[in-house]
Amino acid sequence: MGLENNIWESLPDVITVKLDAVINWARKSSIWPATFGLACCAIEMMNSVSARNDLSRFGAETFRASPRQADVMIVSGRVSRKMAPVLRRIYDQMPEPKWVISMGACATSGGVFDNYAIVQGVDKIVPVDIYIPGCPPRPEMLVHAITMLQEKIMSESVKDRKDTFEEESRHSVVPGTLPVTEGTALEREIEEEVAQNKAPRPYTVPSKHERRRSS
Amino acid sequence: MNEFAKELKAENADWVSEVKEALGETTITVPREAIVEVCASLKTNHGFDMLADLCGADRGPEEDPRFEVNYHLFSTKHHSRLRLKVILSEDDPHVNTVSGVWKTANWHERETYDLVGVIFDNHPDLRRILLPSDFDGHALRKDYPLRGYEPYSLT
Repeated sequence: MGLENNIWESLPDVITVKLDAVINWARKSSIWPATFGLACCAIEMMNSVSARNDLSRFGAETFRASPRQADVMIVSGRVSRKMAPVLRRIYDQMPEPKWVISMGACATSGGVFDNYAIVQGVDKIVPVDIYIPGCPPRPEMLVHAITMLQEKIMSESVKDRKDTFEEESRHSVVPGTLPVTEGTALEREIEEEVAQNKAPRPYTVPSKHERRRSS
Repeated sequence: MNEFAKELKAENADWVSEVKEALGETTITVPREAIVEVCASLKTNHGFDMLADLCGADRGPEEDPRFEVNYHLFSTKHHSRLRLKVILSEDDPHVNTVSGVWKTANWHERETYDLVGVIFDNHPDLRRILLPSDFDGHALRKDYPLRGYEPYSLT
């Protein structure tokens, strides 16, 4: 008797769409995050699912206690060097397709914690899709990040996301490796100085070990 | 002088090398060879049944002796506190473990070893407790660089 009956009558029996569009639409409408709080950003993350901000409007309110049931990992806070392997393991345990949101300055770049204990950017450990600035970001910014992630999901193709680790698969990374880029000009410069023993090796430069395994 | 310091000195004059009283607290400097005996005596004869804290300190690489280990004792019987101090040189940062006297010293000594690099002889399980096991150096030493030594590796 309601609206849905009218829609049903007005729709044709068969509609043709792109498979990508349907699958992505289904994926983006229920992005379940892993229950994974690290620091004060986690307080804002909890607040974003509360009544005032209501992340469930975008289908991302169900925080799963098991990474096996989660789609997105919200890295909410600073990642210590001791936590880094744990975080990577949780990421590896999540089934494809999976995404990562780096929430706040600490997860993105180490923030004010430029020291031996904190990983300088979680993208050294897992591939990150969305970065949120702020210290901590407001819940609205996390909600915005979720909607941006939805846009990103809609632009993806099913071919990109496979459980196989093929070269042409854009986002997939072999478990246990780091997403290491070619490096910036500054990083190459530092690397050269380190090679000539002019400067101590900062641990923000990826080691040879990391570079070898990712190539 | 503090009554416990007096009693300790009467018991064995070699156990007390210095007594300092400041701000209502007593600090007894103990030679490192005697620390286990002093702790056992304070626990059994003087009622200090609780080791409230055990921590290391680095006075700086230019100082000699460089390291000290502080034992904060508390008595639940007569509610008094006492601090023992062992001073160690950089070349030989060894001291005997007191984990046989108080069980809690086990993890406290591991923490001190982890962060300051003091080695506790005869410790049952002396390995890192806070930092990753592949960590290079001791993070709370004054000459430890803020950003650490080596790039992070996942292995």
